[in-house]
Amino acid sequence: MIKELLKGLFITQKHLWRKPTTIQYPEVKKVMPERLRGRHHLRRDEEGLELCIGCHMCAVVCPATAIYLEAEENTEQDRRSGGERYAKVYQIDYLRCIFCGFCVDACPTDALVMGQEYEMSSYQRKDFIYGKDILLDALNKKTDVKAYYHLNGDTDNSSPQKVNKEKPLEGSESK
Amino acid sequence: MQELLINLAIILAKITAALVFTIALMVPAMVYIERRLVAFFQQRLGPNRVGPFGILQPIADALKLILKEDITPKGVDKILYFLAPAIALFCACMNVAVIPFGPDLQIMGRTIPLSVANLNVGILYMLAISSLSVYGIVLAGWSSNSKFSFLGGLRSTSQMISYELAMGMSLIGLIMLSQSLNLSDVVNAQSKWPFIIPQFIGFIIFFICMVAETNRAPFDLPEAETELVGGFHTEYSSMKFAIFFMSEYANMVIMSCLISTLFLGGWRWPIADPVALFGPYIGVLVGMGQFVAKIFAFLFIYIWLRSTFPRFRYDQLMKFGWLVLLPLGILNVVVTGIVLTWFR
Repeated sequence: MIKELLKGLFITQKHLWRKPTTIQYPEVKKVMPERLRGRHHLRRDEEGLELCIGCHMCAVVCPATAIYLEAEENTEQDRRSGGERYAKVYQIDYLRCIFCGFCVDACPTDALVMGQEYEMSSYQRKDFIYGKDILLDALNKKTDVKAYYHLNGDTDNSSPQKVNKEKPLEGSESK
Repeated sequence: MQELLINLAIILAKITAALVFTIALMVPAMVYIERRLVAFFQQRLGPNRVGPFGILQPIADALKLILKEDITPKGVDKILYFLAPAIALFCACMNVAVIPFGPDLQIMGRTIPLSVANLNVGILYMLAISSLSVYGIVLAGWSSNSKFSFLGGLRSTSQMISYELAMGMSLIGLIMLSQSLNLSDVVNAQSKWPFIIPQFIGFIIFFICMVAETNRAPFDLPEAETELVGGFHTEYSSMKFAIFFMSEYANMVIMSCLISTLFLGGWRWPIADPVALFGPYIGVLVGMGQFVAKIFAFLFIYIWLRSTFPRFRYDQLMKFGWLVLLPLGILNVVVTGIVLTWFR
């Protein structure tokens, strides 16, 4: 019996000298996996045009009906996206979103991707409805975000697919 | 008259020093060290937010406990309910009195022994007081009018009574060797060899009993969180709970003091006579340092045990006390007696 007791003590003693596994969260953050399904981003193409063509595919596929968007025709004076239409209003309700990534899979132009941000707490419920002002990448932000989750698992983000202005959906179909 | 006043002042100073050492210094230190060490044993970090390395955590805990609402549940026996934590802490403090903390201090033509009371029956006194401390727990369990507390109280009564006997037995061999019940004499008798060598079985029994007496893991049945929701202190809140907490830690410190004094030579080992070696002042400090180092070693073992062993089952605990430790203690007494009569 005594041998077993000493054995137990020896084992716990070994753990005393090991490095604690604690990550001191607010100061030290865990390195998240590259393809983490974090907060969504609406990307732009190389010319700065929005990739989203307002096709409603994401909203339709969303199992939590978290996505709301209103599409609007592009005009010559006000060209927002490469396609025929663009999303005038694009809202994701993060109190509903389950971060399943279906919307990203459904997106024909790879406009909608999921980034690395996961700290989205707030005191007000209304703060959880993210509009285009937050979701849409800034003009120069494209290169800043290192990893995105999207259908093809292409995390290098070097070549967001350019949408043919005349035939918007052709590019994605050829893939 | 003046002599009397000076003596009184010395006694008061000693009492204050002893109490400050155990209650104000060792208990918070122990709270912090235990939480940190258990965390390290489990590869966590433990409290490290309050102050540098979390050192001020005990203060934060105490503040929190003081500011909590003091709840007196319905149907409690009010007098006993209020008395129980006081008894627990009182008994813990009383035991500090007989412990010799270091060699006699020679200062300004006076010889001051560094124990509050150099009792001739120090060992008996210590056993008696630590038996009394069971009342704190029993009364707490009884007066709370709660079945969990009651079960905790019952458990601790039977546990403490059965381990008390073995504890007494383990010391008889030691008393035969030292020929005295005075703790200072016990320390002096160990100037050559600490009693752990001739009384190794006694040491083991005393150590196990001391863990059981302080209700620490793996003998923490009276406050088994998993079964009894905290045991005897389930119904206590705020500062009354904190006092139970303090008394538990104070008891740990005192039991470590006692086992160091009784079996490891107190301040007299490994340097037998620090005063002769280092002079009157540094020698005293060295002696006290040796003693405190031993206390910390035992406190570390307490924590080590806690983070290693699961709790005993109740019948195992009783069986172990009555059928293993007590016969072993008696055997130890007999063997020590035979050896002493034949080889002396």
